[in-house]
Amino acid sequence: MPGTTLSNETIKERLIAKFGEQLSHFEEPYGLLTFEAPKEMNLKVLQFLFDDEELRFRFLTDLTAVHYPGQAGRELAVVYHLHNLVDNIRLRLKVFTSIEQPDIFTATQLYSAANWMERETYDFFGVNFVGHPNLKRILNVDEMDYFPLRKEYPLEEQTRIDKDDAMFGRGELPAAAGAGPAETPREANEPRTPASGTPGEGPQKQDWDTNTTKVS
Amino acid sequence: MSAEQHIKLPEGSIEKTTTTLNLGPTHPATHGVFQNIVELDGERIVSAEQTVGYIHRAFEKIAERRPFYQITTLTDRLNYCSSPINNMGWHLTVEKLLGLKLPKRVDYLRVIIMELARISDHLICNSVVGVDSGAFTGFLYVMQYRELIYEIYEEICGSRLTTNMGRIGGFERNFSNAAWEKLEKFMAEYPAVLKEFENLFTRNRIFMERTIGAGPISADRALNYGFTGPNLRAAGVDYDVRVHSPYSSYEDFEFDIPVGSTGDCYDRFLVREEEMWQSMRIIEQAYRKIQDMKGAEAEVYHADAPEYYLPPKEDVYTKMEALIWHFKIIMGETQIPPGEVYLPVEGGNGELGFYLISDGGRTPYRLHFRRPCFIYYQAYSELTKGAMLSDAIIVMSSLNLIAGEMDA
Repeated sequence: MPGTTLSNETIKERLIAKFGEQLSHFEEPYGLLTFEAPKEMNLKVLQFLFDDEELRFRFLTDLTAVHYPGQAGRELAVVYHLHNLVDNIRLRLKVFTSIEQPDIFTATQLYSAANWMERETYDFFGVNFVGHPNLKRILNVDEMDYFPLRKEYPLEEQTRIDKDDAMFGRGELPAAAGAGPAETPREANEPRTPASGTPGEGPQKQDWDTNTTKVS
Repeated sequence: MSAEQHIKLPEGSIEKTTTTLNLGPTHPATHGVFQNIVELDGERIVSAEQTVGYIHRAFEKIAERRPFYQITTLTDRLNYCSSPINNMGWHLTVEKLLGLKLPKRVDYLRVIIMELARISDHLICNSVVGVDSGAFTGFLYVMQYRELIYEIYEEICGSRLTTNMGRIGGFERNFSNAAWEKLEKFMAEYPAVLKEFENLFTRNRIFMERTIGAGPISADRALNYGFTGPNLRAAGVDYDVRVHSPYSSYEDFEFDIPVGSTGDCYDRFLVREEEMWQSMRIIEQAYRKIQDMKGAEAEVYHADAPEYYLPPKEDVYTKMEALIWHFKIIMGETQIPPGEVYLPVEGGNGELGFYLISDGGRTPYRLHFRRPCFIYYQAYSELTKGAMLSDAIIVMSSLNLIAGEMDA
């Protein structure tokens, strides 16, 4: 295995020496040094990590986002995974932004790999990468007008009218038996107004927590 | 009738001197659904624009609603040519989150399966490069041994392509005798076949002239584009996740990492060829190590983790604790620690990473797949700038673009 003269401690010291109090939340979950920077500084930090001759984080492994609807003003986290291939150390940088104005400076000038990764992040979360050469949807259809991986959008399409949500544990059960003569199968299959919302609207927002069982 | 044009031409199209050619998404030369819109000046490519997403199946969103053991089937369908690697990578990620320690035999069994999958993936890629340059024989000839690999998967897990192989904590059953027999047959017969396949292409003048110089990339540009795997190694950088961040006891094995120089199609072909030889080497070492195990150690095929690994069905029907564990695991009532973990494995195309954020619930809070195909396909327009159209086709197949991994 390639030598590891650089350590998480040294990286943390160098970062704090350069940027001081602006960097925060230094942790090492499962051995990977993770920290947070203010969103205006993301390029400064990335550039410092790239240029510095001791740190040499010159490989962008991954760029993605996470949505935390509970944290007001810091709902979207853009996560950069960096890798120093020479000393074999990885790093995770998180940049938080609010969901009302999710503008983050693009990293495409520094890493060409960030081009499509940022497009995917925009497509899924709506993070606006300022300065991106071609920020449009990449995996979903261009006409889509919502950002699907945000927690308020449920997994299934709310405009479906052939599935009774109540039978799947969501929504209200219909009125008890005896409410009228049984429908013939033909009638039952006619389109009828769905339990929630009207067809044609975008997906209904839903409490994202409904289907997750937390272990106490 | 008014003198109205029935065909509306786009602005400036009469004056345009280049042709727009739409390669895909359904096209015999694109192996998978992805699209390339190339601007051609005669036969030279002036620019190319890629469109992906035709097979986007929202895995990351689906994963937020599935317990951990159900996500394995999603990972199958990433790089479907080497799905055991994806499966094992996912199991390893969850095991890292849970802090499970696996017995050596499980690690070695996993290594055998992952290397078989790598051989299968590289065989497909190399033979398809042959097909795209007009030589169909190699593809059909090695098909027989790809079939044997699929039969080995079938003996182990029941499926051939999308395997859903293994469980969190090991394997669902020990390898049967039939599986070992097929593996031994493979180890005996395959090297000769690979040698013949090499003879078809490696010093074949037509193949060399088609592929040398097609789509080269320098090591710096490749690193900047986030290339990993054989495509990066062909450019000269010896980065292999199995060596840099060993998982599943890869550090116990001795193997070389083949490296190219120019990063063109020929180098990629050679790197994959040599990796297949190295994979055979690893399989033989792992087989030897497993055969040398004695006694109880030789029977184990999963970790001792009753909270996460389903108990045998006979116990579930007869013993109370097994019944309770079974219920808890299936209903997702087991203790999953909150945390975030990133685990890379060496997939057929490079560093396949799993970024898992758990909030303590039974489904992930966020699961992101770092997909190598998606990341290096961006470089396609740079690789083919100024090349001929036929070079573009060869470059596309030598990059080993698997649509499932590109879109997820």
